[in-house]
Amino acid sequence: MSKVRVLVGTRKGAFILESDGKRQKWDVSGPHFAGWELYHVKGSPVDPNRLYASQSSGWFGQLMQRSNDGGKTWEPVDNKFVYDGVPGTHKWYDGTPHPWEFKRVWHLEPSLTDPDTVYAGVEDAALFRTTDGGKSWNELAGLRGHGTGSGWQPGAGGLGLHTIILDPKDPKRIFIAISAAGAFRSDDAGATWKAINRGLRSEYIPDPNAEVGHCVHHMAMHPSRPGVLFMQKHWDVLRSDNAGDLWKEVNGNLPDDVGKRGFGFVIDVHAHEPETIYVVPIKSDSQHFPHEGKLRVYRSKTGGDEWEPLTKGLPQSNCYVNVLRDAMAIDSLDSCGVYFGTTGGQVYASADAGDSWMPIVRDLPAVLSVEVQTLA
Amino acid sequence: MIRVVLPAHLRTLAQVSGEVQLDVAGPVTSRSILDALEARYPMLQGTIRDHVTKERRAFVRFFACQEDLSHDSPDAPLPDAVASGAEPFLVVGAIAGGIY
Repeated sequence: MSKVRVLVGTRKGAFILESDGKRQKWDVSGPHFAGWELYHVKGSPVDPNRLYASQSSGWFGQLMQRSNDGGKTWEPVDNKFVYDGVPGTHKWYDGTPHPWEFKRVWHLEPSLTDPDTVYAGVEDAALFRTTDGGKSWNELAGLRGHGTGSGWQPGAGGLGLHTIILDPKDPKRIFIAISAAGAFRSDDAGATWKAINRGLRSEYIPDPNAEVGHCVHHMAMHPSRPGVLFMQKHWDVLRSDNAGDLWKEVNGNLPDDVGKRGFGFVIDVHAHEPETIYVVPIKSDSQHFPHEGKLRVYRSKTGGDEWEPLTKGLPQSNCYVNVLRDAMAIDSLDSCGVYFGTTGGQVYASADAGDSWMPIVRDLPAVLSVEVQTLA
Repeated sequence: MIRVVLPAHLRTLAQVSGEVQLDVAGPVTSRSILDALEARYPMLQGTIRDHVTKERRAFVRFFACQEDLSHDSPDAPLPDAVASGAEPFLVVGAIAGGIY
């Protein structure tokens, strides 16, 4: 019988939640790395028992952990992230040049074909890769070498590279996103990059249609259609049907927020329906909690524009949590499972593609990331 | 034998309990102690000082003999009591003030 394993990164450790395919009863293990921030934990699609975790703290910096047994045991691997060559500068909050400084790993993206190869998105924004299971990390420096790199400016949460999408049909194509530089695509395995922000409109920057400077919060792609991308931006949900060359807003009937729609952090795609997408609208960029105190996942079965609120099993009063950018995941069982975690420490699961929800756990530390593995 | 006390998180990482005892070749300084410590426990590299610059991480402190030695040169000789093993060299996580 199928099983699922949910990997949860929190402010104070990692947790592993396991269930059978019914997804009603859950075993919870953790905290792993108690007391540390776990920005992201993710498994290899080639070898599901091979997990990688980004562990960090303000005191002791960045650690990287690897498991070969599905998270039962862990071993520290190399934690040395050194920018290639002379790091140079990006733009600081006040507009002055600021040296590139490594702070932490935000996101890990294991290779689709090799369990020893993993991409790491870091702050200050750069893309690193290991090809030896974490024994060493090297920067793919072409990204920071993009002509706009010296002008990238951090968002309030830092200059983080938080999204990495590997194209399952073209091993040389990689998509990434940075707050607050925008989205980029490489068609040569990371050697060179193209900014793919045309169609994004951001009224909080001097030129709303600038090539870079957009606060992209997250992106998602269905593996069967790698040319179709969905984006949750600072404001606006968008889609692109040409691998990011042009985007269009698909906010549609998402909740109105003082004349705007579409603020949020997460976005994900149904496992079997490439036009079915999920977001969690969050009230404005200054409040960061659900509209009207109601925690609602919005689902579109039309690839955007037409949205329905999903509320069954979710708190519909006095709920003021947030759902952060890497805190939603989708399993691939026949009845598609959807999972998300909140800054209030709840992890919710739906075993019916979002029609109904139940909390797996309610009282974890603030959830930073959620991933799910569908196990045979 | 040099005695080193690590904070709880780093003891867990290094899988040690209690004090660490190290042989340090040459002058006993914070640099030579940390060199020996990281050689014995490579997983601690980058957690106390930067991988490349070897500068102390901002929220780590070095204490010994009731003194804060954090801002001393890493090559300054440590007190004789540390060099003789009478007193430990303490690696301390700075007080956070209650964040999270």
